[in-house]
Amino acid sequence: MIISLKKIYAKNENIKAYLLLFPALMLVILAMASPMLLTFLTSFHTQVSMMEIDTTLTIDRYKDFFNKPVYTTLLGRSLKISFFVTLVTLITTYPLAYYIAFYVKKNKMLWIVLMTLPFWTSYLLRVFSWKVILGHKGVVNSALMAVGMIEEPLGFLIYSQTAVVLTLAHAWAAFAILPLYVSLDKIDKSLLEASYDLGNSKFQTFWRVTFPLSLPGVIGAILIIFIPTVGDYVTPQLVGGTDGRMLSNMIQALFGRANNFPLGAASAVIMLLSVSSVALIVTYITRKVSLRMS
Amino acid sequence: MSDKEFIKIKNVSKKFDDVVAVDDVNIDIAKGEFFSLLGPSGCGKTTLLRILAGFEYPSFGKVLIDNIDVTDITPNLRPTNMVFQNYAIFPHINVKRNIEFGLRKEKLSREELNQRVNDALKMVQLEGYEDRFSNQLSGGQRQRIALARALVKQPKVLLLDEPLGALDKKLREEMQLELRKLQRSVGITFIFVTHDQEEAMTMSDRVAVMNKGQILQISPPKDLYNNPKNLFVGDFIGQINFLESEVKSVDQQNVKVSIKNLGDYTLTYIDNINQGESIVCAIRPETIQITKNNDQIKSDISVKGKISNTSFYGNMTYVYVEIEGIKKPLMISTSDPLEGLTYNSDCFININLKDIRLIKKN
Repeated sequence: MIISLKKIYAKNENIKAYLLLFPALMLVILAMASPMLLTFLTSFHTQVSMMEIDTTLTIDRYKDFFNKPVYTTLLGRSLKISFFVTLVTLITTYPLAYYIAFYVKKNKMLWIVLMTLPFWTSYLLRVFSWKVILGHKGVVNSALMAVGMIEEPLGFLIYSQTAVVLTLAHAWAAFAILPLYVSLDKIDKSLLEASYDLGNSKFQTFWRVTFPLSLPGVIGAILIIFIPTVGDYVTPQLVGGTDGRMLSNMIQALFGRANNFPLGAASAVIMLLSVSSVALIVTYITRKVSLRMS
Repeated sequence: MSDKEFIKIKNVSKKFDDVVAVDDVNIDIAKGEFFSLLGPSGCGKTTLLRILAGFEYPSFGKVLIDNIDVTDITPNLRPTNMVFQNYAIFPHINVKRNIEFGLRKEKLSREELNQRVNDALKMVQLEGYEDRFSNQLSGGQRQRIALARALVKQPKVLLLDEPLGALDKKLREEMQLELRKLQRSVGITFIFVTHDQEEAMTMSDRVAVMNKGQILQISPPKDLYNNPKNLFVGDFIGQINFLESEVKSVDQQNVKVSIKNLGDYTLTYIDNINQGESIVCAIRPETIQITKNNDQIKSDISVKGKISNTSFYGNMTYVYVEIEGIKKPLMISTSDPLEGLTYNSDCFININLKDIRLIKKN
């Protein structure tokens, strides 16, 4: 019996693969797939009273979502804030990754580790330190007032969408650097020389060769930042104020004080679908545009 | 300026930190010439080529192409194009767009552009490959596309950095012939870098042999083989025997030389030698004849030896003969079937004085 099992195991590559996947697969099914399925189901139910949920299937919760402007406004704001977070992160981390990939000759790994050093402290601590930096009596405002550039503290710095964008962009920078660095470092340097040799300036070479070849990294970074930041609710809670509240804060409230699980679930499903479609569209467009450029 | 000085490399040196990669090099290359830079790895040949392309700037000296000083001009503005060692085909665009890549500046119409790409593909015999991507091409095809991409720009000089190195032997030999044919038909000056002496010899009009950053000899292939000017060149190109000798006396035309263990002989004069100087007599293995007895053929030198080894190469055989008092066995190549001449048997080797080249020790 054991011998024949061993034989099957040795012969069948598929069985090997499934066995290796099994622990991760179970974890994903238990911790991801089933809660999501439950959320999806709940979104078709109705909250009757505090403790009671009517499980008759209905699409009324989705109707509720689109009929009350507050939900769609918050969804739009979530997507907008995440878009700017992604943009700011890319613009700030791409040059860093580029520098490490092309100009650092020795100890590249050390550079990468040093870049991620600030991220070894807790996420909450970092959000709080941004509060200290951006607050009414924070570092930025006091400094600007001390040198006499402004009379009163700048109001838009804290408890605003700007604050949320800045804080989130900083929080996710380390995750963007890695895929960008890997894709840039992989580029064969002779390709850049070939482009230069064929009459392109360094700037043209960047747009015609380097950037298109780094796209897998760019798309990776976009997805890594955009997808989780849409759902972030800690940062908007702490530095967003009323103006910076996002859909995730509303979902949290619906599952909490507002006590409307089905509507919260419907909002979560809608957010999931929006994020997925945005991610798909971004990937598609980036590919198209980059091919046209070169 | 004459066409003989189409490219002028004047006192060019290049230092990387403390390492001298190129050491005071002077070369004139004629228009339409197929010129090779030959040398072992690390001899500075690639650095010199990169200086010509503009990827490196010389620490000292000048480069002139078609009478224009290009020393400080960036690669994108030079009249040179390069075929890279690994071909550097852009992987994100197809063959057609690879070939068009360098033509954007010329503001050609779609039809003209298509025409140029077609002509280029035809030239390298890869018509119909427009839509392929780099990973769908073989090594040889990639190499042709790299050639087409560079030649479509109609450069004054084409620089080739060991472009045949990655191909297998058969294909490499085929490409050597093809490359030479192509160069003749387009009439563009080719500067070809290689460490493979056979490659340099079969294709080039002239070859510059480099070692340790210096040019040792610039000659047409035949001259390089028949009259090596120093020990390195003699040793690097083909097979050769060196015999330790001493200069006995020198006059206007002749040099009397005592070859160690072989006796005194009178040879043709070469420059800058003095009486008493120790010198080397160089003999190519194919000019030495091997016989069973010493009366079979007439020769200037005939010495008895013992066969210490033979190696068979199909069209010829290398025979190593030990001679008393000479440290290294003499190497002899022959196309004769060596009847009766096997390992450990006695034989005679016959050398004619006209086949001996005197080479000064450095």
